[in-house]
Amino acid sequence: MKKSVILKGRALVIRNEKTEPIDDIDTDMIFHNKYLHITDINEMGQYAFDNLDGWKDFAKKAKIGDILVLGANFGSGSSRQQAVDCFSALGVQALIAKSYGAIYKRNAINAGMPILQADVIDEIKFIENKDEIEVNLETGLIKNLTKNKEHKAKGMSNVQIDIYHSGNLFEYAKNLK
Amino acid sequence: MPLGQTVIEKIFSAHSKDEVKPGNIIWLDLDVRSARDFAGANVVFNLKKHYGDQEKFEDKEKTVFTFDCVVPANNLGYAENQQIIRFFAREEGIRVFDSEWGIGSHVLIEEGYSVPGSTVVGTDSHLNIMGSVGSFGQGMGDQDIAFGMKAGKTWFEVPPTMKVIIEGEIKAPCSAKDLTLAVIKKLTSKGALGRAIEFEGKAIDKLSFAGRITLASMVTEMGGIVGFIPPNQEIIDYFKTRSRSKFTPYYADEDAKYVEEVVIDINDLKPLIALPFKPDNVVEVESLEKDKIHVDSAFLGSCTNGRYEDMKIAVEMLKGKQVAEHTVMKIVPATRTVLGDMIKNGDLQTLFDARALVSNPGCAGCASGQIGMTGKGEVQVSTGNRNFKGKQGAGLTYLCSPATATAAALAGKIISPENL
Ligand code: SF4
Repeated sequence: MKKSVILKGRALVIRNEKTEPIDDIDTDMIFHNKYLHITDINEMGQYAFDNLDGWKDFAKKAKIGDILVLGANFGSGSSRQQAVDCFSALGVQALIAKSYGAIYKRNAINAGMPILQADVIDEIKFIENKDEIEVNLETGLIKNLTKNKEHKAKGMSNVQIDIYHSGNLFEYAKNLK
Repeated sequence: MPLGQTVIEKIFSAHSKDEVKPGNIIWLDLDVRSARDFAGANVVFNLKKHYGDQEKFEDKEKTVFTFDCVVPANNLGYAENQQIIRFFAREEGIRVFDSEWGIGSHVLIEEGYSVPGSTVVGTDSHLNIMGSVGSFGQGMGDQDIAFGMKAGKTWFEVPPTMKVIIEGEIKAPCSAKDLTLAVIKKLTSKGALGRAIEFEGKAIDKLSFAGRITLASMVTEMGGIVGFIPPNQEIIDYFKTRSRSKFTPYYADEDAKYVEEVVIDINDLKPLIALPFKPDNVVEVESLEKDKIHVDSAFLGSCTNGRYEDMKIAVEMLKGKQVAEHTVMKIVPATRTVLGDMIKNGDLQTLFDARALVSNPGCAGCASGQIGMTGKGEVQVSTGNRNFKGKQGAGLTYLCSPATATAAALAGKIISPENL
């Protein structure tokens, strides 16, 4: 069964206490290397962002279905897959960042995590924590239902959509002829 | 085919049904999928875990394992990983270029897998060396490679292309390595970040096969995805006899779009050297002479400078001479073919008489392989491509050309080959 390409959820906007976007969040801030021995995805969620100032209690704040709104160069640093999986473990549905680290992007796509690229975090008027938002992965249209605003980002490529529907890269390959 | 495409856009268009445009993520058909002794065992593990009872390969003929990092294995970890691969490959009928063959990326070229216009992936971070023959090569992680072997394709984000134009010519004793270091000096380790490069200019056209390999191999150190050198007649002829399939070399359209053009003038090029611990920390060799830096070891080899032409430079310089008393010179041909040529031409006798140490082909010094590592305080000049802290042991590694490395071996200190 195909998954929906229209996702609705609550926005969690990763800004600092001055409400500026936090750029350059690296994989150690997302999932610190002291937890790298963890391989069971169910155990990963509790450590998500626990090394990011202001967001150390992220695991408690996050709800299933949340959509993260992020700054530039998100996920720079190491190649650890856990930095993507820890969000899946908490039920995060999708990520919208200004830009991503190259390896992080590869890992997210391979894990079937929907990621969009858009500058929405810059405007406090456009999006705030806990706003209800809706994203169309194919067209890239981001709607803020709470504030009644829209932003058009680039949609995900066919490749990302293919992998997203399959669950992950390995599952995708199983169904190839 | 749309007009105005760069080389990578042409190769990708020929290997994809998706729209090829910088920034787009496309499915890319792969002509070759390889894994080496490093990470290869993990590729096997992933294939078994995810496709245990399914057919694991889209095409076995296009799948190979190459052993080159530590050959023969000199520690238990590598020995076990190599054996995991051997068992698996034997069972599945996959070709293994085992410990005697040499550096995998070079073997793939010599054996006609990587041909102009092809797409090649593997677990080697310097697989973009394929740009030397106008082929797209890319190193990837073990999960990505396992997927590529199973699916016969992978996804890739089309990078923008920049042009690097070389003005002037290379004059002896400078060689392709000095040109390469000049480019890194100019671009730095971030200058080509996330981009493809196309090299252009008379000096580029004239580069030999070996020189092309040297330049393309260090695009990784410029931060680039891959660097293309347009195949000339010599390259095309080289593959006519060895290619496993029909091949098409691709050249950029005249109206192709580039994100940046960088011009580098090499008319006054002097022998260059990269100081520890950064490949872009490049100075003229001559500028170090006053420091009288004692050289403990000189390494000639690696995927950057392990071709016969590189060996020959050392052979000519060492003829009738001897390596300095407190210096060891370690010579490692890239592949069996290179070693074979050295044997045929009597070069081993010359090197033996010069008291140089010659080992079997492979990555050797670069991967802590068969010729050992550096100790604390040891000064090593190396023709390799990386001098990061700890990469080749605890010592200090300087990167330079075969001529500069040989000059250092003869003089026992860092000296420009012009002043030997
Ligand atoms: S020689 Fe060094 S850089 Fe080249 S493939 Fe071997 S380990 Fe990698």
